[in-house]
Amino acid sequence: MSTPFAAAVLSSSVLSGTSLLYATLGELVGERAGIVNLGLEGIMLIGAAAGFAATSFAGNPYLGIAAAALAGMAGNLLLGYVVIGRGANQLAAGLALLFFGFGASTLIGRPFMGAIVTGLPRLALSELGAFDLLVWLALPAALLLWCLIFRTRWGLALRAVGEDPAVAFAAGRRPGQLQYQALALGGLLGGIGGAHLSLALAMTWDEGMTAGRGFIAIALVIFAKWNPLWAVAGALVFGAAEALQLQLQARGADVSPFLMTMIPYLLTLTILVFWGWSRRSAAPAALGRNFFGVE
Amino acid sequence: MPRDLALALRSPAALAVQHRVPRAAAIALASLAIFAVLLLAAGKDPFRAYRDTLLYVFGNAYGFSELLVRMTPLLLTAVAVALPARLGLINVGGEGQLYMGAWLATAGALGCPDLPAWLLLPLMTAFGFAGGAIWALLPGLLRAAKLVNETISTLLLNYVAPLIVSFFIFGPWRSAESASYPQSPAFVEAARLPSFFGTRIHLGLIYGLACLALYGLVMSRTRWGLEMRAIGGNAEASLRLGIPVAGYVIAVMAIAGGIAGAAGMAEVSAIQGRLVAGLSPGYGFMGFLVAWLAGGSAAGILAMAFLFALFSSVGDILQITQGVPYAVVNLLMAVMLFIVLGQRRPSRSGA
Repeated sequence: MSTPFAAAVLSSSVLSGTSLLYATLGELVGERAGIVNLGLEGIMLIGAAAGFAATSFAGNPYLGIAAAALAGMAGNLLLGYVVIGRGANQLAAGLALLFFGFGASTLIGRPFMGAIVTGLPRLALSELGAFDLLVWLALPAALLLWCLIFRTRWGLALRAVGEDPAVAFAAGRRPGQLQYQALALGGLLGGIGGAHLSLALAMTWDEGMTAGRGFIAIALVIFAKWNPLWAVAGALVFGAAEALQLQLQARGADVSPFLMTMIPYLLTLTILVFWGWSRRSAAPAALGRNFFGVE
Repeated sequence: MPRDLALALRSPAALAVQHRVPRAAAIALASLAIFAVLLLAAGKDPFRAYRDTLLYVFGNAYGFSELLVRMTPLLLTAVAVALPARLGLINVGGEGQLYMGAWLATAGALGCPDLPAWLLLPLMTAFGFAGGAIWALLPGLLRAAKLVNETISTLLLNYVAPLIVSFFIFGPWRSAESASYPQSPAFVEAARLPSFFGTRIHLGLIYGLACLALYGLVMSRTRWGLEMRAIGGNAEASLRLGIPVAGYVIAVMAIAGGIAGAAGMAEVSAIQGRLVAGLSPGYGFMGFLVAWLAGGSAAGILAMAFLFALFSSVGDILQITQGVPYAVVNLLMAVMLFIVLGQRRPSRSGA
């Protein structure tokens, strides 16, 4: 393996891992409050489409990122209303959000099919190379989220709600309110993750362009044991799998591109199997269960 | 007799139907109204699309027959979701299972082109069933061993199956006569499911209706159905009663996958006549919504599959006449699911 090849794989894995990391962090914060969001893929699609559309309109990719974050937040709040406000089944509501995101992103992105935007500018902030702002902010975002969850009163309350909402309620917390806040933050991050795909990686909009990254991110939360710092490692591994495959294809390796595209999905499944084997206790105890108040 | 009839009508089941049909119609209309608002916001004309759809579907016999063609795979993919749902399992992998069924059925069609139709078609059906069954067996095994949740594993496998199909039609099975468009060679006549009345309505519709009827019977009239409902209600208690829970999980997932695989076989054999990449416009996912909205009842699946076939025609019309991508209908379906989910009041029992 020559040096330029290794360097290309490394920088490309950081680049493709970034969108995955934001999405993973977004799912993680919601799950810490006890809510599984299977609609993350839909949120990423909405983020990718809204970010691209806003950038085309305004000509400024940073405005695009903001639009994507807000759109992602709105999507997650819709899920929150159905799950927290109306007591709907979380998995079904998440899948509804998935379909919603798929349809809505198609509608938003349609006028911009084939359009080209100037994506996020690359900034050479250090010796490591020139990356866009979202890449530079990814690690700080993970650290910040870790501090928020494990070192603040808000985080303590959030984790309490995820473990046992009835006890958190008895201790004077408001489970519903905390879950709404967690979902809002999660939608923000998920939308940004989607926008990184359309504004920094592909620089185009295409129907269903997230190609299952939302589901891989949900699996990464399990891999990360619901810890933002482990999520960084997971996102890098998957970024590397994707990068290696792209670099091999670019160099004309004699392996079918279809077989190589399968790698991330099969890798995800394999990791889940091994994780299921080794430990299951890291999940928030009340994950996936709705809280209907106490008598 | 009148007394019996009155009693029957007052029975909970009859009451439920009396209330359910107008309620479902109201929900469908509300979804269409919200979807219309969203389309208007995007600068499209939803009313023209609705009118065009109604004219196309109910204007002549052929349009209506196309609706039944659309409905056929939905019946099968919905049963593939409803069956495991009775055990409390969420099979979101119908799309991948359909592709694998189509893939293995194609292997049968291309491998034994000399067989007569009465042998080849059952063989292809069995292959299609097996393809889908294998694709659902893995999540079933992982779930039974308590290693991976079946929701996430079936979702992930959805992305792998179309890649296997693409690998074969771009590679080993690539047809020589259509170099520009990747697809398998055309099937021989004996490998095509018969269609009826000069339309595209095909034997797959009978597969779908038979599966649905069988599903309803097994659930309500057999020991299997009773035990499955018991597991769905309380797996721990069922295990203590001596019901082989893990065995049910594995077998039911495989059978469900096989049913979705049969839908894939019917699509390649009756509609396409060869293996192509864009085989399904999301039939597997739509089947999930159909089964969920029907609440697992066989009659409900029939009605919802019809409704979703109609929705899907709206998507076709929008794409053809107004240049709106077909995938936008996902929005319509999601709105309907959200309305239904939002209606269930918070209840302490948690159902």
